[in-house]
Amino acid sequence: MIPLSAYVGLSAILFMTGLAGVLIRRNFIVVLMSAEIMLNAANINLVAFSHYLHSMAGQMAALFVIAVAAAEAAVGLAIIIVIFRGKMATNVDQINILKW
Amino acid sequence: MMWLLFIYFATVSIVAGVLTVALRNAVYCALALLTLLLHVAGLFVLLNAEFLFAVQIIVYAGAILILYLFVLMLMNLKTEEQHLHKKYAFSLFAGVGILGELLILLLQSPYGGAVGTATPDVILQTGPSHAIGITMFSDYLLLFEVIGIFLLGAVIGAIVLAKTPPKTDPQEPAHSPMP
Repeated sequence: MIPLSAYVGLSAILFMTGLAGVLIRRNFIVVLMSAEIMLNAANINLVAFSHYLHSMAGQMAALFVIAVAAAEAAVGLAIIIVIFRGKMATNVDQINILKW
Repeated sequence: MMWLLFIYFATVSIVAGVLTVALRNAVYCALALLTLLLHVAGLFVLLNAEFLFAVQIIVYAGAILILYLFVLMLMNLKTEEQHLHKKYAFSLFAGVGILGELLILLLQSPYGGAVGTATPDVILQTGPSHAIGITMFSDYLLLFEVIGIFLLGAVIGAIVLAKTPPKTDPQEPAHSPMP
């Protein structure tokens, strides 16, 4: 029987991988992919707790997280296309017109 | 057997996650992300969540990842020399520090908790997908409707954002008075 802590530890490692990706990468699309890694880590956590505590609530929350991830990908990629059309750049350190 | 499968899925998903962050070419990053998503789906099967397994493969690997690949290939990006920030070592150090702290805290935690009503026997009487459908359309009906409207708004927003702007004629003045 696999303990719950194994799943939670795996989820923590994946989450920190995604967070490091958001912090260190320059390409905006890869930053969004790292955000997907973080959402997946949260999903593993939710489903593991749902399994070990005998409750359906975790699986429902994971489903909603997947729906939000789909919406985030659609809107984020549309924003990237708009920026790319105007500036021909996808690096996050070149997209700084909101910064003073 | 369960341990073997868990170690396989966990190892491959961690390696694929690190590759997603570290690879230079963005298309390779997307393929590493695909590997990660498929192996996380395998972990869902180990946790008796067959419906989420199917949703993960259909929605994540089938729809979201294809969207990423479409945009990547539409932009036709060149592989860059410098794919990380200049001061990435600081962020990496902070990330590893937070990870170590999280793992230490996790190893000390007792993980007690109240056990709910959906025991494996109850789920096996109806089947996992049936049980999740009953829960979704009884206790979570309002949230289900809200997420539907949310997705509709996201789709409309994406279309409005990515629409090509209307061509303006250079001879004509920009603010022509209405006839």
